[in-house]
Amino acid sequence: MSLMDKTALEIGAMIKNKEISAVEAAKESLNAIKETESKVNAFVTVLGDDQVIKDAEDVQAKIESGEINSPLAGVPVAIKDNMCTEGVLTTCSSKILSNFNPTFSSDAVLRLKNAGAIMVGKANMDEFAMGSTTETSYYGATKNPWDLERVPGGSSGGSCAAVAASEVPYALGSDTGGSIRQPASFCGVTGIKPTYGTVSRYGLIAYGSSLDQIGPIAKDISDCATILETISGHDIKDSTSILRDDYNFTSALVDDVKGFKIGIPKAYYGEGLDPEVKEQVMKVAKTLEEKGAIIEEFDLDLVDYAIPAYYVIACAEASSNLERFDGVKYGYRTAEYEGLHNMYKKTRSEGFGAEVKRRIMLGSFVLSSGYYDAYYLKALRTKALIKKAFDEAFAQYDMILAPAAPTVAPKLGDSLSDPIKMYLGDIYTISVNLCGLPGVSIPAGLTSSGLPVGAQLIGNVFEEKKLIQAAYSYERTLDWSLPSI
Amino acid sequence: MANVISDETIDYVGILAKLELSDAEKEDAKKDLGRMLDYIDQLNELDTSGVEPMSHVFPVDNVFREDVVTNGDNSEAVLKNAPERKDDTYVVPMTVE
Repeated sequence: MSLMDKTALEIGAMIKNKEISAVEAAKESLNAIKETESKVNAFVTVLGDDQVIKDAEDVQAKIESGEINSPLAGVPVAIKDNMCTEGVLTTCSSKILSNFNPTFSSDAVLRLKNAGAIMVGKANMDEFAMGSTTETSYYGATKNPWDLERVPGGSSGGSCAAVAASEVPYALGSDTGGSIRQPASFCGVTGIKPTYGTVSRYGLIAYGSSLDQIGPIAKDISDCATILETISGHDIKDSTSILRDDYNFTSALVDDVKGFKIGIPKAYYGEGLDPEVKEQVMKVAKTLEEKGAIIEEFDLDLVDYAIPAYYVIACAEASSNLERFDGVKYGYRTAEYEGLHNMYKKTRSEGFGAEVKRRIMLGSFVLSSGYYDAYYLKALRTKALIKKAFDEAFAQYDMILAPAAPTVAPKLGDSLSDPIKMYLGDIYTISVNLCGLPGVSIPAGLTSSGLPVGAQLIGNVFEEKKLIQAAYSYERTLDWSLPSI
Repeated sequence: MANVISDETIDYVGILAKLELSDAEKEDAKKDLGRMLDYIDQLNELDTSGVEPMSHVFPVDNVFREDVVTNGDNSEAVLKNAPERKDDTYVVPMTVE
């Protein structure tokens, strides 16, 4: 068993107990990456051995002096490539940022660094987080460690694949419409999309600002709760950051679901859901019921309207957020141009990939004069109604149990030809972002063909701890191991 | 397809989006946009009259702080990312005739 097969907390404990050093852990991760990366392509950038080892030596010294005491101290981590990292190439998996070296680090990365995390690389993703397969990356698709002919999901596909391939014990991802939970499901790992405002978006390159949240991806819920506890907190540099009463997520790692009322939205289990995925998720329901939870089916309204509302809102925000990429201050600039506007247009047209352009075009259209009310405001009104439907659900239930995705991971190349079909794959994850809710994706067994299925627990705002507790309780019953590559 | 996107619309949206699409990309964009709008039009089945548009789930206020400089001079590192620079400035094509 390689060290990287262990969880982040196990490795952190070994470092603390002086069984291994942070430097040895870092070397193990770098070696694992060297062995598997040619097959998986989970990273856009792997940091140089010298730099990683130097960082690990610094952290090791601080652990020994008592300056750092986090359970994650000395543990290697991968960071999704849409989070700014000072002096380390940050591309968003786009050509337009192919040479961008940020002068500052995102708040979440800084908090990890202060806890002694050792960043070994920047994880691949769909370009600007726009996609569900990690195939829209300018730097090539990431492969699913369970089956290298399949996608890892997206957009945090590199982060999830790096964990599933045991290149790193944990990673940070971001989730705008399911981009942590869906790839976690396809890769058989655990991920949390926190309540909006819990983790600072400072330094996260924006896609849909009202929807984006950073969250942890790891082998189990104990790691995820610990990571979330480390990266969350109020940040004055993010005006949508929320000061919460309680960030003590690890206190919810308790094996007890007695009395939890868990709702099963009937509309999530109907047409379009792979029967084998349904079977595995219903097994999760049964297990939780056997452990004392109360499981009930109910009618969740407006399910079909979440995807169209989401794509209007997300694309509108994206078209505005991505205006900054203009070839002036950083990133790619076209080689030949005539005048300023031609330079902007050529830079952007050459620098962005097809899916990004598609979403910028849609977003610009729905915000344009004459269509703003009919599309953009209509979507925001729909969002208010969807939020109300979830409020009503959480008046009845502690949490909702749903699949994370309607299928297992599709084959490479099968998804991009039909954008609407790809967007429909987000049906169970997208409302969570529209409503600012927390969601957790946990492994829920394998299909007959040996591919992982993910179950999703959705909670009311600020109720991550209930989800963590239920996930922890379920995990006690699950015998789970990641594939060897 | 209920939504037919004209060449003029694609050209206009291209100006708003600051994108210069090739003829083939324009044809694709017309189809994609039309299909997406057909799909999005199902929102019209919903009666949203009297519903306030919800831009943020939580109330959002402007966040103010004192205008105090807390960072040092980082201009050299910032300018290193410039596609083209001259001394301490960004070089751009002529913007005013």
